[in-house]
Amino acid sequence: MVEQSIGKSVLRKEDMRFITGKGQYTDDINLRGQTYGYFVRSPYAHADIGDIDVSAAAGMPGVIAVLTGKQVAEDEIGGLPCGWMIHSKDGSEMKQPHHPVMAGSKVNYVGEPVALVIADSFVEAKNAAEMVDVDYMERDAVVYAETAQSAPIIHEGISANTCYEWELGEKDATEAALASAAHVTNYEFTNNRLIPNAMEPRAAIADFNTATEDLTLYTTSQNPHLVRLIMTAFIQLAPEHKLRVIAPDVGGGFGSKIFVYSEETALAWASMKLGIPIKWTAERSESFLADAHGRDHVTTAHLAMDEEGHFLGLKVKTTANMGAYLSTFASSVPTYLYGTLLAGQYKTPNIYVEVDAVFTNTAPVDAYRGAGRPEATFLLERIVELAARETGRDPVELRRINMIQPSEFPYQTPVALEYDTGDYEASLNRALKMADYDTFGERKAASEAKGKLRGIGFSCYIEACGLAPSQVAGQLGAGVGLWESGEVRVNPTGSVTVLTGTHSHGQGHETTFAQLVASRFGISVDDVEVVHGDTGKLDFGLGTYGSRSLAVGGSALSKAADKVVEKGRLIAAHLLDTDADKIDFDDGEYRVRDSNQAKTFQEIAFAAYVPHDYPLEELEPGLAEKAFYDPGNFTYPAGTHICEVEIDPETGVVEIDRFIAVDDFGTVINPMIVEGQVHGGIAQGIGQALLEGCVYDETGQLQTGSYMDYCMPRADDLPSFAVGLTSTPCTHNPVGAKGCGEAGAIGSPPAVINAITDAIGVRDIPMPATPEKIWRAIASTTRSAA
Amino acid sequence: MELSQRVRIPVHTDQVWQALNDPAVLQQCLPGCQLFQSTGNNEFEVAVQAKVGPVKATFKGEVALSDVQAPTSCKISGSGKGGVAGFAKGGADVFLEATEDGAGTLMSYKVSASVGGKLAQVGSRLVTGAARKMADDFFSNFVRQLSGDENMQVEIETLEA
Repeated sequence: MVEQSIGKSVLRKEDMRFITGKGQYTDDINLRGQTYGYFVRSPYAHADIGDIDVSAAAGMPGVIAVLTGKQVAEDEIGGLPCGWMIHSKDGSEMKQPHHPVMAGSKVNYVGEPVALVIADSFVEAKNAAEMVDVDYMERDAVVYAETAQSAPIIHEGISANTCYEWELGEKDATEAALASAAHVTNYEFTNNRLIPNAMEPRAAIADFNTATEDLTLYTTSQNPHLVRLIMTAFIQLAPEHKLRVIAPDVGGGFGSKIFVYSEETALAWASMKLGIPIKWTAERSESFLADAHGRDHVTTAHLAMDEEGHFLGLKVKTTANMGAYLSTFASSVPTYLYGTLLAGQYKTPNIYVEVDAVFTNTAPVDAYRGAGRPEATFLLERIVELAARETGRDPVELRRINMIQPSEFPYQTPVALEYDTGDYEASLNRALKMADYDTFGERKAASEAKGKLRGIGFSCYIEACGLAPSQVAGQLGAGVGLWESGEVRVNPTGSVTVLTGTHSHGQGHETTFAQLVASRFGISVDDVEVVHGDTGKLDFGLGTYGSRSLAVGGSALSKAADKVVEKGRLIAAHLLDTDADKIDFDDGEYRVRDSNQAKTFQEIAFAAYVPHDYPLEELEPGLAEKAFYDPGNFTYPAGTHICEVEIDPETGVVEIDRFIAVDDFGTVINPMIVEGQVHGGIAQGIGQALLEGCVYDETGQLQTGSYMDYCMPRADDLPSFAVGLTSTPCTHNPVGAKGCGEAGAIGSPPAVINAITDAIGVRDIPMPATPEKIWRAIASTTRSAA
Repeated sequence: MELSQRVRIPVHTDQVWQALNDPAVLQQCLPGCQLFQSTGNNEFEVAVQAKVGPVKATFKGEVALSDVQAPTSCKISGSGKGGVAGFAKGGADVFLEATEDGAGTLMSYKVSASVGGKLAQVGSRLVTGAARKMADDFFSNFVRQLSGDENMQVEIETLEA
């Protein structure tokens, strides 16, 4: 009997190759006759392009071709589409500017590609790129969300630089709630713009075979099938059956590798045009400029309460910076991934949210770990904190009295979502205990005794994951389905190959999915191999984002495994000469009920492939099954984060003394992997709260374009996290899983800012809360007290 | 980047004005300047090698004089492209007035500079320092040249913005 592995911290099967340098990333792949591409990028945020003189570059050593945006336009390739249609309040469709594969007549952000130099070596391509002479006529740049709607027009025909003016919820009822409230808390803030910074930069190799007319694209993608679909159906590069997209080992994505970008598309086009393989690997400087950024919301919010502290209404107005163009899923982030989450864990009866999405001369902004949900959570958990302070209530108790209770599920929120299950107080109580909240006062006094300031901050988050029920998403404007496929191939010897349409780029699917399938068949995790990331090997799939892989992809595999078990039962019934309904399958054995007659899973597999004694009239040989799973609802992971900080008032330096996360992810397959996902998410959330901030100057030049100026969290910025789990399994998927990939980044930023503002006694501090800002805030409070 | 400064030059205003309009003098005084050639009508073709932090590039471009009020004020503006290093733009409003004794000149100037592309991306923190040093060097060299004293300690007074 093989030990049941679900719920066990099985070591990650993929790590041996990652930590011994045996992984294979896109840049590790080298093809015969491979050439190298280098992109010429705009140094201007907003300029018309005059002549592009490529003659000097074309004559440089090793140069094969110099292709420009003007040629892209001549070949009528592109533009890059946005896959989610949002409608404005007046019913009109969002304004989608043409997003060229490379700019031909006008550049709209610093770093936008205008030409591609292809040469025999990377160095030759890069040297020649310096010689491409582009004539720019500079225009005034539009940079910030706050001012974009009154600034000069970026895209002809898009007035006020406004993509859409969206709303959700009941406006009149919410305004009435605000008008009649005993107390209204107001909060204006910016959710800081972030640059993703996956460890592996984007890279691609496009390889067009002139004989077969097959185009193979190796690329750093979170969803290779979606890349193929978009390049085929929208950009019209190649027919779908002639385009193979391979996303091999990928070193982190965090959302930034969901999208179909200019560079990969230009490379594919150039390879077809020239009939040669071309490789491009982004330099880190290019990643800063041209990967889709995240967040960048400016928000005003009002929370109404009655005398007892019950929330009556929440009214929100947000302006979201889309950047220069609409990236692949950009439009959905500040709308259906944001506005729908504004109920949080609370029974607020009236919610109304308006979102204006605006264009600026900055890099496109799209989903980044959490995508809309961190912005919603930050708003809610900050304004609840402020409401508690303004009315002299304990922030924990204010949250508690407003929480949706376990008996109230399924719970319909006023912002479209129906939560299926949860127990928010269970996570809150557990987190309070782990944080030793009862003795916080003693620790605060001890800090004060040594001249330090101590504060505690809470964040009770919820997210909608498991993207997504296709029909709901379709009604809301999604351009694709959001189901997932899975295939379970039992090999003749009884080992199993699992194919999934999700993609692992750090999440450990090769282990988690192996555990899921191995435990179903009663076989060893080592006997299951997980295949992903190649459109040539898999059925269609939708990739990995929105904490969907286990909840949706795992459910597809679970269903496929069910089919295998059932077929095996029919084979076993034949071999054991009984009826299928008299056979139980458990611990890897098909056993005739109430007898000692049994066949192992391996024996059944062998019989299926060597069908000498087999009911061939009724049953096909072989043992491989597929399933497609479309979820019935989103999943709703939720939990409580608590952050406790100690601040040195002399320097403004924050030390996170403890950070507690208690999350309800439903059924957990591998607690170690889940904990790792939570750790990574919290690190990113603390990065947003304390360190990271993307800054453009008023001319649209990126000021934080390297690690000298963009500060990533490091190990010594972070405490040892205390992570706990509670569980109310998802009610509508067969695994019971809710998803854990984004929770850390969603829950943590408001906990950190609540703790800092508690410690230093100020109402607000903008993210990133750097020591300088904190020191100045402390200085201002001491001045006003003096 | 903006910078307002004033410097005292021990020669007559007319002489300062003449030097300010002499491409040869300007080329000598501007650090890293490889070319400063009149193309007529108060316009010049210029090439300057500059280093900002890790980025070193030769900027080629044009400099023009405008709002010329001889011999008291003019506006110098220039822009240059440095290939993949990006671009730089800058200018100076220069005012001359005679010292109280009439023998010397008080030259005040307001310098502005901005950069784009790679320079801005990796060097934004360093641009202010680099531009300030370039301005300091230029005006110090200019004063030394006019004074005919190569080793002169030039005192530059920074004015409130």
